Amino acid sequence: MKSNRIRLLAGPYLAWAIAFIIIPLVMVFYYGLTDKNGMFTFDNVLAIARPEHIKSLWIALLLALISTIICILLAYPLAMILVNMKGNSDKFIVLIFILPMWMNFLLRTMAWQTLLENDGVINSILKFMHLPTLTLINTPYAIIFGMIYNFLPFMVLPLYNVLKKIDPNVINAARDLGANSVQTFLHITLPLSVPGIISGITMVFVPSLTTFVVSDLLGGSKILLIGNVIEQEFTSNSNWHLGSGLSIVLMIFIVISMIVTAIFDKDGEGNAL
Amino acid sequence: MSNKLIDLQNITKAFDGQVVLDDMNLYIRENEFLTLLGPSGCGKTTTLRIIGGFESPDKGRVIFDGEDITKMPPNKRQLNTVFQKYALFTHMTIAENIAFGLKIKGKSKSYIDDKIKYALKLVNLDGYGSRMPDSLSGGQQQRIAIARAIVNEPKVLLLDEPLGALDLKLRQDMQYELIRLKNELGITFIYVTHDQEEALTMSDTIVVMNQGYIQQIGTPESIYNEPENAFVADFIGDSNIIDSIMVRDELVSIFGHNFACVDKGFGENKPVDVVIRPEDVELVKPEEGTIEGVVTHIIFKGVHYEMEVTACGYEWLVHSTSCFPVGTKVGIKVDPFNIQIMNKPESEDEEAVGVEE
Amino acid sequence: MKTVLKRIYVGLIFLFLYAPMFTLIVFSFNQSKSRARWGGFTFKWYIKLFSNEEVLAAFTNTMMLALLSALIATVIGTIAALAINKMKKADKSIIMGVTNIPMLNAEIVTGISLMLLFLYFKVRFGFMTILLSHITFNIPYVILSVMPRIKQLNSSTYEAALDLGANPLYAFYKVVLPDIMPGIISGFLMAFTMSLDDFIITHFTKGPGVDTLSTKIYAQVKKGVNPEMYALSTIIFISVLILLILINLLPQKMGKKKTEK
Repeated sequence: MKSNRIRLLAGPYLAWAIAFIIIPLVMVFYYGLTDKNGMFTFDNVLAIARPEHIKSLWIALLLALISTIICILLAYPLAMILVNMKGNSDKFIVLIFILPMWMNFLLRTMAWQTLLENDGVINSILKFMHLPTLTLINTPYAIIFGMIYNFLPFMVLPLYNVLKKIDPNVINAARDLGANSVQTFLHITLPLSVPGIISGITMVFVPSLTTFVVSDLLGGSKILLIGNVIEQEFTSNSNWHLGSGLSIVLMIFIVISMIVTAIFDKDGEGNAL
Repeated sequence: MSNKLIDLQNITKAFDGQVVLDDMNLYIRENEFLTLLGPSGCGKTTTLRIIGGFESPDKGRVIFDGEDITKMPPNKRQLNTVFQKYALFTHMTIAENIAFGLKIKGKSKSYIDDKIKYALKLVNLDGYGSRMPDSLSGGQQQRIAIARAIVNEPKVLLLDEPLGALDLKLRQDMQYELIRLKNELGITFIYVTHDQEEALTMSDTIVVMNQGYIQQIGTPESIYNEPENAFVADFIGDSNIIDSIMVRDELVSIFGHNFACVDKGFGENKPVDVVIRPEDVELVKPEEGTIEGVVTHIIFKGVHYEMEVTACGYEWLVHSTSCFPVGTKVGIKVDPFNIQIMNKPESEDEEAVGVEE
Repeated sequence: MKTVLKRIYVGLIFLFLYAPMFTLIVFSFNQSKSRARWGGFTFKWYIKLFSNEEVLAAFTNTMMLALLSALIATVIGTIAALAINKMKKADKSIIMGVTNIPMLNAEIVTGISLMLLFLYFKVRFGFMTILLSHITFNIPYVILSVMPRIKQLNSSTYEAALDLGANPLYAFYKVVLPDIMPGIISGFLMAFTMSLDDFIITHFTKGPGVDTLSTKIYAQVKKGVNPEMYALSTIIFISVLILLILINLLPQKMGKKKTEK
């Protein structure tokens, strides 16, 4: 009786979640699966097969994949070093590596623009040292740089959390049983940190795959990712049906990564928050 | 039995400037059950970790079977450890856990399978091979941790408070289990605990440690009956520790009353500490005792009564099978063999090595 | 040797993360508009920034949005968390699944889905639509930060209060609320920063003429170099730093206070 009444308190949130989470998603499917006259169609979803769309999806997948892999390679050693750091300063040091995560996304990207531009900081330094300048801005490399820079902390955090939880004696036990440090890493540390890796991958891969800001600011208008295509359909082209159709395709990839996360991260161990 | 298997020479270790072990010397014989006993922070676990290779000493050497292994990494040492809270590999089955060390050494599959079977039987967990560690109880996980260590046929098994996380009943069962295992395997056990009862039950040799120093090394009997200082006396069992004066050989003055004892060589009229175990205090009629006192507390403990007797301003702890109600006037008598004389700590530094708990 | 290598590695990543921001801070004091040349120290970009009315309006909007959305989300989220905690396991996992959607879904999809909602129901895009959207993505953060506190709650303290004669509301106010307060506060602060930081969802749900700092920055950066934005990012960087230190110190302090009692 009493807990019944307490459960009723969920009412406002339930209403909110239906109105602003469920219905909007239904809207995406409604618009994505109808044409301008409100007739049912698969055209908007199948439009992904058009050369310019499939190309932007392909580039987005490729760049997101490369960025994610580089993020793992950079973040894993860092997280291991941070975990093994002794003393009470480690919490503060971890904070330092997480801090950029909370800095405005656009300003972070703008910072790289400043560095990478043709007359930007990096080229100025190269010029000063009488070295040939590089074309960095408006290339896929610039986008990868931007993605790694923006999302690296999202990889460090779950990895750090999961590695921190491993009992040091489990590592000692492996050493004690005759494993050298490489074997210990491969057989013990790595498998035990899988939930963190998976959660880091989703936290880097999904935003990289779907971004339009990084590619907009660092890739010029030359390189269109699937995010840019969708954004343009909604803002400049006002073709919501096509935009929604392509978003459905995007959501399929997100759902896949959510399922993968759910399988590997049953206890929410790698949860970053 | 007399062969020195492990020899710790002048081991010193400090963490962040805090000395945990100070010039420690200790040897462990082959086939010995040796227990490092002491309160937390006494350096017993650090000693074990230095033997295991998880810490390296700042100074000193670790000799194993005549060979200096001070700098040898743990994976090269011929000993295995059973860790506090078991440290099982939670992502592997029980069988995979046990097989880990053997697989690393590249043993054949049939050899490994046989060993797993043998080890599971040895720890009474036949048929648990395909289970995951999380699905086992604490006591079962403990047995697996032991099985995982012993399949590698180490010369020495290091056990770091292995029973600490178990409840009382299970702990007692496991003590007998460990003694049985030790006898069946015929290897050396080095055991770390803060539980004096565990130490007394299982060990051949007990090393009592406090604040980085070895306080006493001896058999359980000698540690209990002849503690060398107040710390050991107080840490092992209950005791009455009284400031007294050694009048001459075989005579000690406790609160101005002369007691016959058996100790010699302390000098004349020298201040000493006297230890009398509560079960060694005899309560008799007032006129028959050396000292007179009054019973102030009494609790029935099952096997015996635990009493407090105030005599000469000191509260004597007494265990006796006969009951003396509160307020009874009693005499206190002690058999000369049951009076243990100990030197007073000489310096203030040693004084600091006092009772912690 | 090994520790030296580790230090170098940590140092390099640190440099990678902070050098770009440091560059922005330096250039925010640069007299010259060029990024290749140091033209002398100046505060003029800060002065310009503070006299730019559009930026000031965007700043007011951002703060209002962050404050309002965090506040409303905290109230709804905390009440919801209390209720969810009492639910049956199946109901709980359904509602938590829905709660997770805005956190796991791509922001662009959340953004366009809300945009479509407002379009369909012909809601005029403006401050209100942004506010509703921000509340929506803020609530999950509040729930997820309050939930663990509620789980830790010792239900017998509440019952003890009732037993000692308190009515349920008083018992809640005096016993339950103080216990979950650290979770509520960190949930609020997290919601606040999330709202402050958001660009993508605001981008799709804002109307013409209404801007937040994020959307303003986006528009400016697309136009080209603008040292005023450097000044702005310096200010934001320092504010975020202070806020984060607060978030991380607050729960500890409150925890300490409780044990002192």
